[in-house]
Amino acid sequence: MSANARGPVEALKGLVRRQYFWGIVAVALLLLVNLVKDPGYLAVSIGPSGNLAGNVIDILRAAAPVILIAVGMCLVVATGGIDLSVGSVMVVAGAVSMEFLKDAPDTVGSTFTALALVIAVSAALGAVNGVLVSVVGLQPFISTLVIMLAGRGLAKVITGGQNTAATNETFRWIANGYVFGLPVVFLLALLVAVGVGLLVRRSALGLMLEAIGMDAKAARLAGVNRRALLFTVYIFGGVLAGFAGVFATASVMTVDVSRTGYQLELDAILAVVIGGTSLAGGKFNITGAVVGAILIATLDKTVVFLGVSSSATPAFKAIVIVALCLLQSERVRRVFRQRRAAGTARPAEREVVAA
Amino acid sequence: MKLGRPVVEMTGITVEFSGVRVLDRVDLTLRSGEIHALMGENGAGKSTLIGALTGTLPILAGEVRIYGEERTPAGVARSRAEGIATVFQETHLSPHLTVAENVMIGNEVRGTFGIDWKANRARTAEVLTRLGLGDLDPGRSLSSLSPAVKQLVAVARALVLEPRVLILDEPTSSLDAAEVQTLLRVVRGLRDRGVAILFVSHFLEQVFEIADRMTVLREGRFVGEYLADDLDHADLISKMIGEDIAALKALRSERLAHHYSASGDPTLRASALGRRGTLDPTDLELSRGEVVGFAGLHGSGRTELARLMGGAERADSGELWVDGVRVHLRSPGAALRSRIALSTENLREEGIIGGLTARENIVLALQAMRGWSRPLSRGEQSALIETYLEALHLSPRDIDRPIEELSGGTQQKILLARLLATRPHVLILDEPTRGIDIGAKLDIQRRVAQLAGDGVAVVFISSQLEEVVRLSDRIVVLKDREKIGELSNGPGVTVDTIVEMIAADLDGAPEM
Repeated sequence: MSANARGPVEALKGLVRRQYFWGIVAVALLLLVNLVKDPGYLAVSIGPSGNLAGNVIDILRAAAPVILIAVGMCLVVATGGIDLSVGSVMVVAGAVSMEFLKDAPDTVGSTFTALALVIAVSAALGAVNGVLVSVVGLQPFISTLVIMLAGRGLAKVITGGQNTAATNETFRWIANGYVFGLPVVFLLALLVAVGVGLLVRRSALGLMLEAIGMDAKAARLAGVNRRALLFTVYIFGGVLAGFAGVFATASVMTVDVSRTGYQLELDAILAVVIGGTSLAGGKFNITGAVVGAILIATLDKTVVFLGVSSSATPAFKAIVIVALCLLQSERVRRVFRQRRAAGTARPAEREVVAA
Repeated sequence: MKLGRPVVEMTGITVEFSGVRVLDRVDLTLRSGEIHALMGENGAGKSTLIGALTGTLPILAGEVRIYGEERTPAGVARSRAEGIATVFQETHLSPHLTVAENVMIGNEVRGTFGIDWKANRARTAEVLTRLGLGDLDPGRSLSSLSPAVKQLVAVARALVLEPRVLILDEPTSSLDAAEVQTLLRVVRGLRDRGVAILFVSHFLEQVFEIADRMTVLREGRFVGEYLADDLDHADLISKMIGEDIAALKALRSERLAHHYSASGDPTLRASALGRRGTLDPTDLELSRGEVVGFAGLHGSGRTELARLMGGAERADSGELWVDGVRVHLRSPGAALRSRIALSTENLREEGIIGGLTARENIVLALQAMRGWSRPLSRGEQSALIETYLEALHLSPRDIDRPIEELSGGTQQKILLARLLATRPHVLILDEPTRGIDIGAKLDIQRRVAQLAGDGVAVVFISSQLEEVVRLSDRIVVLKDREKIGELSNGPGVTVDTIVEMIAADLDGAPEM
C-alpha cells in the first residue's frame, strides 16, 4: 500500500482507459506477428555512421508523413469538420518543390526557397478550404472535396503531367538523413506533434476548438471567434500536409503526380479515429492521432512483409481497423464487461490489484 | 364503457437520470371520461412522468397498470398498442411534409402497392373534420399553416390512433383565445366519448376551465390528487410552489424596499434599435444597479430585443451606446467585450456546451475575451470558480464533471457564472429560470437582486410574470414586436397590471 507503488499502477490504469491504448496493443500485436514469421524482425543494427537501421526504423520513417497529416486532421475534426484535401495538398507541395529544384542550383539556399514555396502554396490551399468553410459556410466535406479533386489536377498542370525529378542534397537529407541515429523525418514529425500538443493544451486553443466542435452556436454565444479559428485550423492542416508532401517526395526526389499522397486523407482520418477523436467533433487527442499514424504505418509494412498480395491489401487493412474500432466501441466493451462480471473470481482479483 | 373507471394507474414511479432522482415515488391515475390535469412548476417532473407513461423513459421503481394489468418494461410501440397517444407541440411536426403526411406518419394506410395516398388523404380529412378543420386541404405543406392550425394537426395525428388515453402536453402555448376554445371543445368532446385525457398546461385559467381532477407535482415528488372543484387558484399555486413561497415573498418585499431611482448617465442606451421582420425600432435605457423586466408573450419581441442587445442577432437600424460609447455588435463576442452579457432562452443549444466540464463551461467566455494565447492558469480558474461556488450554491464535486450530467438548475447557474466571470456592466437573462427546480430558481433570482446591488444593469425576461414583477425595478412591456410601454414597479403593480396593459393595447395588428 505504499504511495509510490500506486503511482505507476494508476498511470497504467489511466493508459488502459485511453482509447488509443488499443492502438498501441494493435501495433504490438502486428509486430508480434512479424516476429513470429521472422525472429529477427525487431532487430535494430547500428550502421557505420552510427545510424540505426531495421524494420522498426523503416516503420517510423513511413509513419512521419502520416503523423503530420493526422495531427492537422485531428484539429480539423475537433472543430466538427473534415479535410479530404490533405493528400492532394501533398502532391501539389511535391510538384511545386520538384519543379523549383529541377532548375535550381544544388544548394542549401534552394532547399529553403523550396520549403518557403511549399508553405506558401499549401497555406493558400488551406486558406481556400478555410474561406469556403468559415466565411462561405459550405460543409467541410464538400469544400475540401473540391480541393481534393482540383489539387491533383493542379499538380499535373504544374509539372506538365510529368513525374518531375530533381537533385538537391539538402532537400533529400530531410527525408533520408539521420540525427542522433534516428530518421530526420520521424524526429521532425514528432517535434511537430509534441509542439502542437503543447500549443493547444497549454494555451486555450484546445478548449476553444472543442467548444466549437461540440456546439458551434453555444460557443459563439460565449464569444468564441469560430470563424477565425476555423480559418486558422484549415490553413494549419494545409501547411502540415505540404510538409508531408515534402517528406513523401524528398525520399525519392521525384513527384509522382498520380501516386504521391494518393488516398492518404483516408489514412489520416483513420489515424485520428483510432486515436479516440470522434468524427462528430469535440474532444480530441493528438497523442492518439500519432499512435494511429504509427499503427497505419506498421500495418502497411506488415502487409508487405507478410507478402499479402497487393490486391488483397485494402481488405487486410480494413479487417484490422474494423476489429480495432469494435474494440473501442462503448457497446462492445460493455458486452465484454458484463460477460466478465458473470465470471466468478473477478471481484476478489480486483481487490488484490487494488491492494 | 363505464365512465370513471381507472385506465392508467401509475404508483410509486421513480426515475433517475445519471444518479439524479427526478421523480420520486409519484402516483398518477387516469380515468376514462375524465380530464386530468398534471400540474407543477417547470422542473417538477411533468415531462418525465409523461415519458414514463409513454415508455420513452425507463422507470427505476414503481408500477404502471393499464386496465388493471401490470405493464412490464415497455417501449413507445407498446404504449401505442395500449391506446396511449400523445399530442406533441406543433414544433415537433415536420414542416416540409404535407398535412396528410404529418398526420398519418407511422400509421399509413397501405394497399397492395405500398402506401395508399388517396386513402391516407381521406382518413386525414375525416379526422380533421372532427376537429372543425373540414376545409383544410390535406395536401398542403405544413409550413404554410399558422401555429394554431399546426397544433390542431398535431392533435389529428394523435387521434388517428383512436386512443383511449390522450396526453396533451402544453397544447395551447401557441394559440390565441379563440383557437384555445376550439381546442378545448375538441378535448371535451373526446372526454365525453370516454377517452381518458391527461392535460398539461401552465395556463391556470385553462386548466380550471377544463380539468375534472388534478395531480400536483413539486420537485419530482407527489403532492396530491385533487378534484378541480375543491381547489382555487391560490390553493393550487401554493401547492405547486410549496413552502418556498415565503422566501419568494421576502425577496419581493426586499426588492420593493430597495426602491431604485435612476441617476447619472445610463449604462446602456438603445435608440431606435431594430431589425426588419423581428423587432420594430425600440428605445431603451438601462441604468446602473437597475433590474428591468421585459414582459410580453412569446413572440412579442422580448427575446428579439434581448438578442439584438446581446449581439446574438445584428440590428439593421438604430444605435447602441454602452457607458456613453457607441458600440457596433457584430457578434456575441463583441457584446461581451463591450461588457454586455446575454444568456439566451435556449439553455441547451445556445448556452452550455454539454460535453465540456462545468469548469470549462465557466471559464469559456472569459477565456474567449482574453484570447487563446493568454490561458487562465489552473490557479486563476480555481479562484474564479471558488467565487461562484458559494454565491450560486454549486457543489464542488460537480465542477469537473461533464455539464450534461448535471441538473438543469445547475447548468443554468453555471451559465450565469460564465457570464459573470466576464464582469459585465449589462447582464441580459432570457428565461433564466425556465425548466429548473425551485431551489435553483431562488438562487438565481437572489443573485440577480444582488448583482443589481453591485451596480450591474440587469435585464430579466421570464414568461412567468410573477418573477418579472418580483424582481424588476421597471418593467418594459412588449407586444407584436414593439415596445408598448414601461411601468415603474411598486406595491400597486401586479401580474394583472401587465396583463391588462397587454390586453388593452388594441392598436397592435392582429396575428396574420
